[in-house]
Amino acid sequence: MSTTSTEQSSGAAAAQGASRGRRRAVDDIFGERHVYEPHRVGLPPLGRYARMVWRRRAFALELSRTNMRAQHLNTVFGQLWLLLNPVLLGMVYFLLVDLLRQHSRGFAFFAHLLAGLFLYQIVQTSATDGARSVVKGGRLILNTAFPRTLLPIASVITAFKRFLPTLLVYAPIHLIAGLPVDWQLVYLIPVVALMVIFASGLAMLLSAAQVYFRDLSSFLPYVLRIWLYVSPVLYYYDEVPSKYKPILDVNPLTPILASWSDVLDKGHAPRPGFLLLGVAWAAVAFAAGFLFFVSREREFAVRI
Amino acid sequence: MRSASEASAVETAAEPAIRVEHVSVTYRTSIEKNPTLKTTLMRLGRGERLVSEIKALRDVSFEVPHGTVLGIVGANGAGKSTLMRTIAGILPPTEGRVEVHGRVSTLLALGVGFNRNLSGRENVILGGLAAGLDRDHLEEKYDEIVEFAELEEFMDLPMRAYSSGMYGRLAFSVAVHMDPDILLIDEALSVGDARFRRKSFAKMRELCEQARTILIVSHALGSIRELCDQAVWMHKGTMKLWDAPDAVIDAYTEFLGVREAVIDKEDV
Repeated sequence: MSTTSTEQSSGAAAAQGASRGRRRAVDDIFGERHVYEPHRVGLPPLGRYARMVWRRRAFALELSRTNMRAQHLNTVFGQLWLLLNPVLLGMVYFLLVDLLRQHSRGFAFFAHLLAGLFLYQIVQTSATDGARSVVKGGRLILNTAFPRTLLPIASVITAFKRFLPTLLVYAPIHLIAGLPVDWQLVYLIPVVALMVIFASGLAMLLSAAQVYFRDLSSFLPYVLRIWLYVSPVLYYYDEVPSKYKPILDVNPLTPILASWSDVLDKGHAPRPGFLLLGVAWAAVAFAAGFLFFVSREREFAVRI
Repeated sequence: MRSASEASAVETAAEPAIRVEHVSVTYRTSIEKNPTLKTTLMRLGRGERLVSEIKALRDVSFEVPHGTVLGIVGANGAGKSTLMRTIAGILPPTEGRVEVHGRVSTLLALGVGFNRNLSGRENVILGGLAAGLDRDHLEEKYDEIVEFAELEEFMDLPMRAYSSGMYGRLAFSVAVHMDPDILLIDEALSVGDARFRRKSFAKMRELCEQARTILIVSHALGSIRELCDQAVWMHKGTMKLWDAPDAVIDAYTEFLGVREAVIDKEDV
């Protein structure tokens, strides 16, 4: 959608100062001006698009809030289930891994497992929720002009809001396990930020793809489960046999989850290599997801 | 100073609310109702593609001055809805340029209520925020919207519990209460029961008198004749005729080969 409003003059019209003056006079009276034109390379002007997204941020926040309310996540038991679900899952995985490793795992490993699952859930929720977001917003897309990226972004907001309370569950487990507590924990903030940026890119990519392939969301749970198994959550990154290292090294989530574990389990700053790789993956995922989505979104109205 | 403001005032009057310049809209859409990865892969194996190209608008140009109430008539598939969506900025033109001055409110075919599992209230708020209204303005208008739609006791129910009449009433009420400079209405004049239709018709007339720019797509030719001061007949993606409503409707009904009396009886 290329919408030009008052403060920005239309793309081609840089030269015509006189006509701009005239337009301003009109806009003083009528407040808004929109110009819709075909885009040359399939992309709208990105700066203007970003401003439009920012101006409608209240919509994404409200959509996330409403969807959570629809899933009863605003009630006590809804919240409780949200916390209980990954904790139970963590216990199942712990039992499994402990059995397979001849009871060599301690409580510290349980803490690692749980923390990893909680962080992984940001990607999981963003992907599953986000994939459906555009198709679910069908009628709104048919009736209203607004930047469609707000729909998958609302799913990421939901994922983040579901992530925050899990930190409260994790905190006592971290303390009981006797894991380090010091100022290095501030590194968790950039790690979570990377995860959210990566998840946003993924959500945009999947939600646009879902418009073309409606069965995508039925494959997703399997993909996400396999993805979890090849991420350093059910094990520590450093104990992976060299035979399997290449798989972990091409997994975009490895550097982020390994950094997470570096800070929480070892109490030191993430390895610079991981941090750099994590930044690179998050940037690539976000750019790819955003550009794919925005280049396609003008078609959504006729595809839904 | 004074002369400058005078000059701008003159030019303002000349500036139309909507300017459509050589607009063509061509889109590709899949024939399948539910495109899936599975069927796509299977088709790729056989080397076929199920995408059809639709030329919905072909080189349409016109200007709508501020305060005009324009009726758009035409057979199904003539490009009326596509034209409305293009003006609303929902469907970008493939060629040409659309310039719109003023805040647009749309009531296109499906109206509000994009998520039937959410309540009427949530749908109204979300729809308004998506349209770019700020929350304070929405809260201010909210009671008015509900009162006009006469849905006070239904607003907290999920919209799947609504009858289609209630659905239409809410959609109509939202669109007309947004204080739009430009109102786009597609096939939504006749919603609800006879009483609500009278009420919505009266509201429409009120809006038409307030010097707003209104575009109405309707098969209810009687309403177009009564409300509009200009009309356009769309035919197969092009503009066939632009004239006073009476002239356009006469030509259109003659073309259709139906007696207008029959149609009029179905209106309102």
